Amino acid sequence: MDWGSIIENTVRGLIGEQAIYFALAALGLNIHFGFTGLLNFGQAVFMAAGAYGLAMTVASEEPHDLILFTIGDGNGFWLGIFMGVIVFPVILALILGIPTLRLRADYLAMVTIATAEIFRLVARTPALDDWTGSSDGLTGFASTFYDWSPFEPRQRYFFNLFQGNQMWVFIIGWITVAIVAFILWLLIRSPWGRVLKAIREDEDAARSLGKNAYAYKMQALILGGVVGAIGGTLRAIGTQSAQPDNFITDVTFFAWVAVILGGAGKVFGPIIGSMLLWATLAFADTFLREGVDAGWVPDWLITGTQVGQVRFMLVGLGLVFLAWRRPQGIFGNKEEMALDDR
Amino acid sequence: MTDNDTPPIATQTDHNPLENVAWEAGVSKPDPILVAHDVTRSFGGLKAVDVDHVEIQRGLITALIGPNGAGKTTFFNLLTNFDNPDTGDRTFNGRSLNNTPAHRVANFGMVRTFQLTKALSKMTVMENMKLGATGQRGESMLAAALPFLWSRQDRAIEERAAGLLQRFKMDHMTGEFAGTLSGGQRKLLEMARALMVQPELVMLDEPMAGVNPALKQSLLDHIKGLKAEGMTVLFVEHDMDMVQEISDWVIVMAEGRIIAEGPPASISENKAVVDAYLGSHHDAPLDLGDLDD
Repeated sequence: MDWGSIIENTVRGLIGEQAIYFALAALGLNIHFGFTGLLNFGQAVFMAAGAYGLAMTVASEEPHDLILFTIGDGNGFWLGIFMGVIVFPVILALILGIPTLRLRADYLAMVTIATAEIFRLVARTPALDDWTGSSDGLTGFASTFYDWSPFEPRQRYFFNLFQGNQMWVFIIGWITVAIVAFILWLLIRSPWGRVLKAIREDEDAARSLGKNAYAYKMQALILGGVVGAIGGTLRAIGTQSAQPDNFITDVTFFAWVAVILGGAGKVFGPIIGSMLLWATLAFADTFLREGVDAGWVPDWLITGTQVGQVRFMLVGLGLVFLAWRRPQGIFGNKEEMALDDR
Repeated sequence: MTDNDTPPIATQTDHNPLENVAWEAGVSKPDPILVAHDVTRSFGGLKAVDVDHVEIQRGLITALIGPNGAGKTTFFNLLTNFDNPDTGDRTFNGRSLNNTPAHRVANFGMVRTFQLTKALSKMTVMENMKLGATGQRGESMLAAALPFLWSRQDRAIEERAAGLLQRFKMDHMTGEFAGTLSGGQRKLLEMARALMVQPELVMLDEPMAGVNPALKQSLLDHIKGLKAEGMTVLFVEHDMDMVQEISDWVIVMAEGRIIAEGPPASISENKAVVDAYLGSHHDAPLDLGDLDD
């Protein structure tokens, strides 16, 4: 058994790009669910908005006039970032929020889960090939980003964990996570954050004290969406492609796992949750693979090709264990959680 | 029914301003802070509220009583815009409340509490209190991330909250989660929090429900204190002892309509009231309240 490669992969899972993308997606989701009580089951579509906002703006096959912008064809990288991080997710949040936020929480849940799939399937449509690149997606929009990289693409950095380009994504990614988390931390301990927590617990109480619950929920939906879109934009940059099937429903639930693992309603919880999720997956994957190769795990139990599925079972078992022993998540406050039952 | 020719003699000092007001339902009063006219609300075929006219006198404690299912809480929700009436006009301080969202009503100076207490249990007592303050700069998302824009105001709010908590004798639990408080303490907290809004009119929905007898007296004193500070109080209650003790005026509802009005002493002799309550147990010590919402 090659313990070196097991440790290497686990560490790469812990701090690598996936942990970054999903930390951002989960930070956004935590604003929705953890602080405001909004049930968003479509965080993948906010990530997709970020990825496609950038990709379509910079790299659509043919230029298209939208009302305010022309997308595609020679647009700069920064306009693409602006579209991906602000314009697309804000419009999406308004579309999702206006009809649902006056209703009970479950309506947002239904609308988001459906919208995420609608977006993905529409993006796949061959008819939209010159907008979205259909199922192949879009590529070739991130070169500006890598032009600024101080790292040599072919060299390996950081204890040989990352290649040059990955290293650049790694550094910019964690800086982004740190900035976003710091801003959220400031927001949450402000009077604005206090209103969100009040709405999470009892919207009517907040309204009776003069708070416009609808407006606050909309702000939270937009903010969490923008943060998720930052994750999606980074993911598109990191993989150098925006593809519809990168944003399947599973993506949403990875973000949920990160939020619940870390502890909903704690600013830094989702970051740790995302790191642990990907570290666990990487560890289980490499460990089982090595185990199968070394003959420790018998063939009738797991074959090499089944490892990919089995690791998700192990993560599921881990979550069941967590729900049993530590339902508030790693950072959550047990006493706070217990107040639910009173 | 609405018009009564009582001369609105302003006798503020010492005298009861409602001295010369007739004891009849829908009577007009010298200085109403809240007026409801022709307010109706139906749920399916059931007309839950059908109020022709009612006025709440400024600066007094008015009780809204009635048997279970009389529509008191529904009427309360209509007055505070937590529910929209099918027809009717409501004015507060001469300003129409029609089509006003519920949160704006609070900003006008009219704040309510709830029958099932809405202490926000996962927030501390102090956070609950600070939430009540209106016009906070830090409640705007853009300013929120820049503490220097709001921290001074926030400190002032905290001081005011601390003062109120002291008055309500809750200053020793400032940092505790509201969810750990007893039912009566939650009622106190909800009332103190409502005062953070700096309201002119405080509307209490069953302030005594679920409060143990030891706390009752203190709650009564606090409600009297609101009046002494110049606030108007309207409350829904089942506890007749409380109604007799603190209210200046009583409005009786039954089957969605106002059936009687008058000073507390007059009410128990009113035939319509006795009829409405007959067979009911209005003097029972505790009632879980009507479930008409």
